Amino acid sequence: MRAPRLRAAFAVAAVASLVVAGCAESDRDDSGSGSDKTLVFGAAGDAKVLDPTFASDGETFRVLRQMYEGLVRSEEGGTKPVAGLAESWSSDAAGLVWTFKLRKGVKFHDGTDFNGEAVCVNFNRWYNAKGLMQSPDVTAYWQDIFGGFAKNESDKLPESLFKSCSAPDAGTAVITISRVTSKFPAALMLPAFSISSPEALKKYNADGLGGTADSVTYPEYATGHPVGTGPFKFVKWDTANKSVELERNDAYYGEKAKVKKLIFKTISDVNARKQALKNGEIQGYDLVDPADIPGLKSDGFNILPRPAFNVLYLAINQSGPGKAATSNVKVRQAIAHAINREAIVKAKYPDGSSVAINFQPPGLEGYNDGVTKYEYSTEKAKQLLAEAGVTNLKLKFHYPTEVTRPYMPAPKDIYELIAADLTKAGITTEAVPLKWNPDYLNAVQTGADHDLHLLGWTGDYGDAYNFIGTFFDRQKDEWGFNNPTLFEAFKKADSEPDATKRTAQYKEINKQVMDFLPGVPIAHGPPSLVFNKSVSGIKASPLTDERFVTAEVK
Amino acid sequence: MFRFIVRRLLQLIPTLFGLSLLLFVWLHRLPGGPETAILGERSTPELRARIREEMGLDQPIWVQYGRFMKRVLSGDLGTSIGTKRPVTTEFLERFPGTVELTITALIIAVGIGIPLGYIAARRRGTWIDQLSVGGALLGICIPVFFLGYIVKEVLAVNFGWFPTTGRQDVTIDATRVTGFFVLDGLLTREWDAAADAIMHLILPGIVLASIPLASIVRITRASVLEVVQEDYVRTAEAKGLTEQTVRSRHILRNAMLPVATTIGLLTGSLLSGAVLTETVFAFSGIGAFIVEAIDRRDYPVLMGFIMIVAVIYVLVNLLVDLSYSLIDPRVRVR
Repeated sequence: MRAPRLRAAFAVAAVASLVVAGCAESDRDDSGSGSDKTLVFGAAGDAKVLDPTFASDGETFRVLRQMYEGLVRSEEGGTKPVAGLAESWSSDAAGLVWTFKLRKGVKFHDGTDFNGEAVCVNFNRWYNAKGLMQSPDVTAYWQDIFGGFAKNESDKLPESLFKSCSAPDAGTAVITISRVTSKFPAALMLPAFSISSPEALKKYNADGLGGTADSVTYPEYATGHPVGTGPFKFVKWDTANKSVELERNDAYYGEKAKVKKLIFKTISDVNARKQALKNGEIQGYDLVDPADIPGLKSDGFNILPRPAFNVLYLAINQSGPGKAATSNVKVRQAIAHAINREAIVKAKYPDGSSVAINFQPPGLEGYNDGVTKYEYSTEKAKQLLAEAGVTNLKLKFHYPTEVTRPYMPAPKDIYELIAADLTKAGITTEAVPLKWNPDYLNAVQTGADHDLHLLGWTGDYGDAYNFIGTFFDRQKDEWGFNNPTLFEAFKKADSEPDATKRTAQYKEINKQVMDFLPGVPIAHGPPSLVFNKSVSGIKASPLTDERFVTAEVK
Repeated sequence: MFRFIVRRLLQLIPTLFGLSLLLFVWLHRLPGGPETAILGERSTPELRARIREEMGLDQPIWVQYGRFMKRVLSGDLGTSIGTKRPVTTEFLERFPGTVELTITALIIAVGIGIPLGYIAARRRGTWIDQLSVGGALLGICIPVFFLGYIVKEVLAVNFGWFPTTGRQDVTIDATRVTGFFVLDGLLTREWDAAADAIMHLILPGIVLASIPLASIVRITRASVLEVVQEDYVRTAEAKGLTEQTVRSRHILRNAMLPVATTIGLLTGSLLSGAVLTETVFAFSGIGAFIVEAIDRRDYPVLMGFIMIVAVIYVLVNLLVDLSYSLIDPRVRVR
């Protein structure tokens, strides 16, 4: 009796699986038509929060950028600040009072009006943050750009850069800051400074963070009710299926989105993203592995390289185990001459990459062609080592594993090329491979047990300080040097209200840095996006500020 | 029976206490902390110090452990450092995915493993035997990420039969009831949603099944070989019972006892296998989330998830022990 029953069960299962396959097949064919199309984009990580105030990572920013807008934004495909919700802006002569003329006829997704008062509600919300909202993990970018709050609850917080906001009329917002800085207003293009609907902030208790500092919970607004002015509106965040769904904002003041639905689906593994694209589950993804580019191109996919807005450098720690040698500028120069950067870029970077001669990408104001360049010459390296009286130099060389960064496509390979170059010049290296996060970052950013390491930076917004200031404006364990003259130069440039003078000062700092040579800038590499043939209209942004409002799906 | 269950459950208390202590100390001794993961490249000594101070990570480890235990004993596992959502919410949202995947893998592994093991034993020494055992062993030798890549490349990318990522097509507007996508589809009569969820389970299920398959084949084969030599099998054959009856009533039923034990023990390896499988298939389950949590030193998630998994592991093994009485009436009698 049992065997026939078993056979019957198998037969039913086989038929069921065929039916199931048929159903799933028909689902995939259902892609709609015209402006009812859906675009599914493969993200490398989950969005972490839906309130821009609390956001600090690229994957969250990508989602928020489609729903929210700030006073200024980056030019499409570039890094310069251009009109966002503010059509124009100007400052007083001292550079402290900034008047923003706002776009008219803009409405939030909840139907309320965008105006000067709404701008001030948002700025005052950030400035008057209390309790857990002052945690560095919660309002990271506010603290990065504006420093402190109205009432600092930690004595480690600096005075706030923000002073006040007023709205003399519906079409104007006046923001006063406490000191001049190059960060303002360029940094306002960061999604963290997007303008939310005051009504929604109140309705969904946006400031109501719960728990304790080691156990924070986000309020309703941040987890399920984001309301901005952008071209897409929030539909749902399906955390169980790792996706965020947005839909076209038909009341958008500008050109309306061409797709009806925009879905971000998280696929953290880059090979899995590639296979999902080839299988038609997603229509595009970010952070293409440079090694996959030729294959994807030949399969007919469109690669969109971003302008390289990053830098990979080899840091030389002057307080590490080899500090007797590395604190000598001649040794650092020898290291710079020993490395064949051209060969590294040629072998390991995608098309459009370039050798770095500054610690900031070309095209950004302050870039200096006239810095000291250290051409590849093993002989010169040997000579400099001899002049420094250094023999049998052995240095600890940290490099990260299980990671690729937009500025560092193949860390191990890059390490091997550099180590081989150094060996030729008579410098032996002790390899210290560590898992990227947090092991590697912890090892090279803290303590002093590292001599050489690879690290880099992708710019947040179009400002030289965001690169060179981040690296060298103060004493850091990563570099292990104290150079008060350099630190002072940064302070002076940052507080210079005249943009032309400031640019000249950054150029000078770049020269100073390359003479002091705290490390060796290696390369600028363009990270790429990829889309299938049916998708068009998206322009790659160096700031990863791609706007899906212009995306079309055929 | 009742006393047996109570005793086993009571054993959980010291086990969990010891595990929590070991785990807590081990995690906090790993290089780097959540502050490094939070800040990434933008880390500064001041920011790192502030985050450590605010999270209480600068306090002695026994103080931190005390705080953790106090919270756990009041039924609160804390919130994830990365997502700021309660650990229990994160777990409950992801656990159904892992359960669906584990069940699929078990069905595939048992469905293939037991017949293969049986055939291998009955055709001992032939090429079928060697092929079955060798093939199953090959499955366990191939790393999960590589097998996952190959399976996807062939069955999804080339033939287009299956999806490669996620638990369900993101364009399907499915109603969520229990969090078990297949079950939800059936309960709400959204047949296409249920069918799609099943399709999403097959490839990761095959890959995950490769881990226990070899063990099931080997144990079944060995067990069947032992049982077929028993007197009662010979008697059954001698008295003229059909091969089918002998197989199902006398051989398989008796041979299944060690196989059931193995399957219980393998549940643990399936959960650990799910860590990689879920990552390769972008499948939202507890495994993939544990990987992310390790990367960002999300202590509350790691402590909470691993302790809940430990409880589940003990409970599954308890169920396996209880299932003996169903398979083998002699256990019941004793």
